[in-house]
Amino acid sequence: MSKRQHISAVVNGDPVEFLSDAGTTLLDALRDQLGLTGSKEGCGSGDCGACSVMLDGRLVCSCLVLAVEAEGRRVETIEGLAEGGVLHPLQQKFLEHAALQCGFCTPGILVAAKALLEANPDPTESETRYWLAGNLCRCTGYDKIIRAVMDTAAELRQVRV
Amino acid sequence: MSQVEYIAPTSPEQASAALLAAGARPLGGGTDLLVQLRAGRVAAGVIVDIKRIPEAIGIRQEGGGFVIGAATPGITLSEHRALCLAWPGVVEAANLIGSTQIQGRASMAGNLCNASPAADSVPALVAARATCLVVGPGGRRTAAVESIAVGPGRTSLAAGEFVLEIHLPARPARSGDAYLRFIPRTEMDIAVVGAAVNLTLDASGVITDAHVSLGAVAPTVLLVPEAAAALIGSRLDDAALDRLDAAARAACHPISDKRGTLEFRTKIAGVLARRAAVIAYGRAEKRA
Repeated sequence: MSKRQHISAVVNGDPVEFLSDAGTTLLDALRDQLGLTGSKEGCGSGDCGACSVMLDGRLVCSCLVLAVEAEGRRVETIEGLAEGGVLHPLQQKFLEHAALQCGFCTPGILVAAKALLEANPDPTESETRYWLAGNLCRCTGYDKIIRAVMDTAAELRQVRV
Repeated sequence: MSQVEYIAPTSPEQASAALLAAGARPLGGGTDLLVQLRAGRVAAGVIVDIKRIPEAIGIRQEGGGFVIGAATPGITLSEHRALCLAWPGVVEAANLIGSTQIQGRASMAGNLCNASPAADSVPALVAARATCLVVGPGGRRTAAVESIAVGPGRTSLAAGEFVLEIHLPARPARSGDAYLRFIPRTEMDIAVVGAAVNLTLDASGVITDAHVSLGAVAPTVLLVPEAAAALIGSRLDDAALDRLDAAARAACHPISDKRGTLEFRTKIAGVLARRAAVIAYGRAEKRA
């Protein structure tokens, strides 16, 4: 019934074009149309954060965004974190701290943590835990994740000095 | 969810015309609508995205007050210094909703029009005496925030009508507001009870104007004039707080459910009203 709409957006710095039904989520379009399968669907209702992406510089759940809303917008996903095969400092610290087990929540947490460190380069542990409250992890118990983010923040502050 | 149409009009009048279609729904941040569509609780024929309407996005200072576009996300409120100074209770209430990700999308007007009695931003807006600019086929009208919800999930908006802006009034000196809610965890939960208090003091600390609103203790958010009257003329002494507590409890007619019993909600409404009044009073004293 519904006709597909033509969408132009910028994803991880690259212009992309795709066709989408009105009811398709941005998450499904990223995964199924653009082949960017790093963003995961956990709950589909905005509770778990596994689908976290940046939309025009704002952290959002891509399962709660329609693909058609991305027309003319900038989207950044987990696939844009590493640059030229070099891991982002957060990704490196997550490996060093073993801050993941099954890994399903990890892309969303990395995108959310990067947004935190851009907004607040020196977060307290409490601020970090609140910021990441919308990212559920059923494996780690969160402690290693928080330590990895705090350690990354400390390292990035050193780099700046 | 695939049998829907999507349009993104750029004027309020186009949006209103589109909303006259059967099953049409306005889309702001989508944090309620998309969940309801997916769960099959709402069958939308046309999704009318209001975010491309210039008036629906952003915060503007007008006539000493603030105009907040209906689709303005929560995180934008906390970034607006003047708004945070004038209406800290409204901003803290809106920012309690959901996670960082939800704050990137969810709006106060969406919170209002979803018409949950537990909506966190609504008691704060009601206590602030905020109004809505409603656009519809018959033109524009102003409506009190507390007149929008008429029951859980139901609004007074007519066919083709939607909220375009929320207006917060100009703020006298020595005014303060606060919102508190009870949830059984620290974050990411639905209010079992919410209480908002908005006060104005004279130079000697006597409360000259007060508004009290309660959430999740009735089918809609309540404005409680008896609770406000309990405070006016006092310096928020213990007797005034006791009167506030009693008036707040007397206004409650909640349901009992798995999140809280009728008795618990009623008692907590009094406790939160007291605590919110103390915070609002402290803020009012500092805003010379």
